[in-house]
Amino acid sequence: MAEITTHQLVKEFPGGVRAVDGLDLTIADGEFFALLGPSGCGKTTLLRTIAGLEAATKGRLTIGDRDVTELPPGKRDVAMVFQDYALFPHMSVADNISYPLKIQRVPKSSRHATAAETADGLALHGLIDRRPGQLSGGQQQRVALARAVASNPTVFLFDEPLSNLDARLRLEARTFLKRLQRDLGVTTVFVTHDQAEALALADRIAIMKEGRIQQIGSPREVFARPANTFVASFVGSTPMNLHTATVSGEHVKVAGSSVPIPPSARSRVSDGDEVIWGARPEYLRWSTEPVEDSIEGSATIVENLGAAALVTVDAGGTLIQLVVDEDDEPEMGARGWVVPRIDRTLLFDGASGELILDDTPTSP
Amino acid sequence: MTTTHETTPMKHRDAVGIVRTTLAKIGRYVFIGFVIVFFALPVLWLVTAPFDQAPALRLSVPEFTLQNFQVLIDNPYALRSMWNSVIIAVGTMAIVLVLAALAAYALSRVRVPGRDILLYSLLLLSSIVTGTAAMVPIFVLITELQLIDTYLAVVLVMAGGLLPAAIFILKDFMDNTPKSYEESARVYGASPLQILRHVVVPIARPGLATIAVWGVVQVWGNFLIPFILLRSPEQFPGAVVMFTFYTEGGQPNLALISAFSLLFSIPVVLLYLFVSRRYGFRFYGGIKS
Amino acid sequence: MTRTSPTDQEPDEQPVVETAPKRRRLDEDAAGLGRTRASAFVAPALVLIGIFLVFPALWTLYLGVTNWQLTGLAAAEPEFVGLDNYIDALTNDRFLDSVFRTLVFVLGSALIGQMVLGFTIAWLMRTAGKTLRGIVETLVLMGWILPASVIAWLWLVLLDRREGTLNSLLGTGETAWLLEYPMQSIIAFNIFNGTAFAMLLFSSALASIPPSQLETARMSGAGTWATLRDVVFPNIRGHILTVMLLVTLWTFNVFTPFLLTQGGPGQETEIFPVLIYRMALETGQLGRGAAFSLIMIVINLAIALIYLRVLRERRQK
Repeated sequence: MAEITTHQLVKEFPGGVRAVDGLDLTIADGEFFALLGPSGCGKTTLLRTIAGLEAATKGRLTIGDRDVTELPPGKRDVAMVFQDYALFPHMSVADNISYPLKIQRVPKSSRHATAAETADGLALHGLIDRRPGQLSGGQQQRVALARAVASNPTVFLFDEPLSNLDARLRLEARTFLKRLQRDLGVTTVFVTHDQAEALALADRIAIMKEGRIQQIGSPREVFARPANTFVASFVGSTPMNLHTATVSGEHVKVAGSSVPIPPSARSRVSDGDEVIWGARPEYLRWSTEPVEDSIEGSATIVENLGAAALVTVDAGGTLIQLVVDEDDEPEMGARGWVVPRIDRTLLFDGASGELILDDTPTSP
Repeated sequence: MTTTHETTPMKHRDAVGIVRTTLAKIGRYVFIGFVIVFFALPVLWLVTAPFDQAPALRLSVPEFTLQNFQVLIDNPYALRSMWNSVIIAVGTMAIVLVLAALAAYALSRVRVPGRDILLYSLLLLSSIVTGTAAMVPIFVLITELQLIDTYLAVVLVMAGGLLPAAIFILKDFMDNTPKSYEESARVYGASPLQILRHVVVPIARPGLATIAVWGVVQVWGNFLIPFILLRSPEQFPGAVVMFTFYTEGGQPNLALISAFSLLFSIPVVLLYLFVSRRYGFRFYGGIKS
Repeated sequence: MTRTSPTDQEPDEQPVVETAPKRRRLDEDAAGLGRTRASAFVAPALVLIGIFLVFPALWTLYLGVTNWQLTGLAAAEPEFVGLDNYIDALTNDRFLDSVFRTLVFVLGSALIGQMVLGFTIAWLMRTAGKTLRGIVETLVLMGWILPASVIAWLWLVLLDRREGTLNSLLGTGETAWLLEYPMQSIIAFNIFNGTAFAMLLFSSALASIPPSQLETARMSGAGTWATLRDVVFPNIRGHILTVMLLVTLWTFNVFTPFLLTQGGPGQETEIFPVLIYRMALETGQLGRGAAFSLIMIVINLAIALIYLRVLRERRQK
């Protein structure tokens, strides 16, 4: 069916910038796949290369059982939703939605029927005769989706489909998008720089940096087991605490205190290793009583997050952030102990920043 | 209260200030009045004389009549020259519009080597090789091509002069239009020509309209090029005929001239109104060379 | 490579690198136009520009060193005369007078007239009411958009000796303005004709000054002059230079005074473009006219290059 594979895919721009650098990737049929990364990481270029809007410099790309590397975009049987939606301002919603059918020479009456049906399915009832300029941002986004749906492609490509919506609408549209993809079961690749969006929507996420994939995995995997410090700091709404530490016996010394070596890394480190200790703020607890295997410090800043609070603790000059429940919020300046959930803490290689993992990592 | 004590000197200073601002205000209005008179005075004749029973050079409140326009219709050259102006203006505009649109689109969307240098040198060229500066070689060229006294000569020379600026303006317009429109059509399988027809031309319509209006206005009033390239009076456009009306010997026919100058001015004023209503005249200001 | 026949091209078996040359078919521009089609799109315009703009400019190089004539023997077989035309020009009073007149004309009508008047109008209209502003701007624009031959006629009417509005308004009897003050007349005429551009550009320049800066000046008690000197001019320096050079270039190339005076009386309003016209097309000395054309193009080029340089400096800031 519509599995997407890239084989040693390279996209080099004039001037020698490699936006995509030797990529091997397989996106399963029906999968909702996210390309996540900071701007300039090559994620959009990869998407546009899949679409055929950029020609690959090297390597091959297949969609389903067809090698599409040299096919023009119109022959690849893909649909794309652009960041700015690219709705034609001079056409009505109906004409916009049915534009792909017009190109396929579907008779007018039948393509308008399809447009009306698709529009109804995407909560665009009664807007079919309007111009895009007369619609709200959310409606425009759904028209763009409807146009993609109407072309009945084997692959959907979304380029930051939610970024032009305001925050509240974005949540609504996110849920909508996920349900739409579930219902249609069409292989979907979407690009985003928003890690929360990727975590919420995708079946699997590829995190990219400088044209290379840093990690591919389910949202859970990339959140809990980031492959390196880049992924660790990029994923998560509050960045992971990453501090240099030294292995000493069964413990690592970090921020002037000593915490146990995470079980997942225990057999891979030895005494005296320079490592980076990582712990998500969500996996740290605040204790006003002394606790063994914890980090002592004082709460310097408390930022309210609603039902929780983000507390910044000064532990001998090292700043550690943790998320505490609203009931456990410490006083500003209060002394206390940061207690990690040991099985959720991670160690990264001090030099390369790669995750240190016990069982030989079968690339998640 | 100590306040009365303190405000007295202030009041004096205020008075000086008031006198000064009043003087400034008066100066300002005198100047604005002068500007209005300077710019309105010549134009007044244009709107009164055509409707005067006995048009004279002196400004006067007209005794209303449309008789002068009858004189204009009876003149063998007047309406004909207006029609000639239409042919030349529309012909030039059509060539400029089509060629500039094609070139601007290609230059905006396709990475042609040396594109920016090409554009800037063209623009530079069109601003230094003006009709005035190049009238001699243009005249000789047209003579050698045996195109003297043809509309084609006028149209081609004018189009050559207007094209660089037209390409530049349209390219700027296309550069500001997101590429995703075309890319989106392309993803759905539209061919390049379909993309042009379905997407690019409709979206570029305001830019194209601007260039069309601009081209017509430029050509309509141009005097020099038809003046040197055309010979026979029945070929002359309005701009040249207007000139012959008042320079050819004898007493100028004021009835004819007044009606003709008004009629000949109306198209550009209408086009100006059209553009200024749609885009604000500041825009028009930016593009009239 | 051990490729035996071109037919057995299973994509899977192909080494990755080998497919690279084929890639060219996938065009990367937004509409999939491709370079061939793009060139075909650009070519017609370039051909037209080449023939009617570039070629004439270059041709002056050749024409200017011949004795090409409109009629007579030299019309059939023009002879090479070397730099004679240029030497004649530089030693000819008519040429030198014309250059001087052009200088006066450009200085008076463009730099002083259009720029100062244009700026003052723009400055005053900034704070004027909407109606007044509309009236003034429309009137100034009329002087610009009306066809030049109509405007010239309107000025002939205005300046007429016996019935002219100006004489009756000023009570100056039967002053023949175009005979007694010909240069002043065409300068005034050109100010009327061209101020709109300076006004439009200056008013958009003034609109681009951050209001907070003007307000700061007002809060610190600066008067009009101080405000202009400390806030306005520093902010719009680039615009002033732009207006200056463009207006200079255009005024230098303006032919419309010919419509008013035909260069007369005598040669008193024979600015450079009019000189070229009279020399080349009235007296038929095309070779010499071409030499003058080239001089004019070179001066234009110099002004344009200064302009581009200013633009570049502005962009770098």
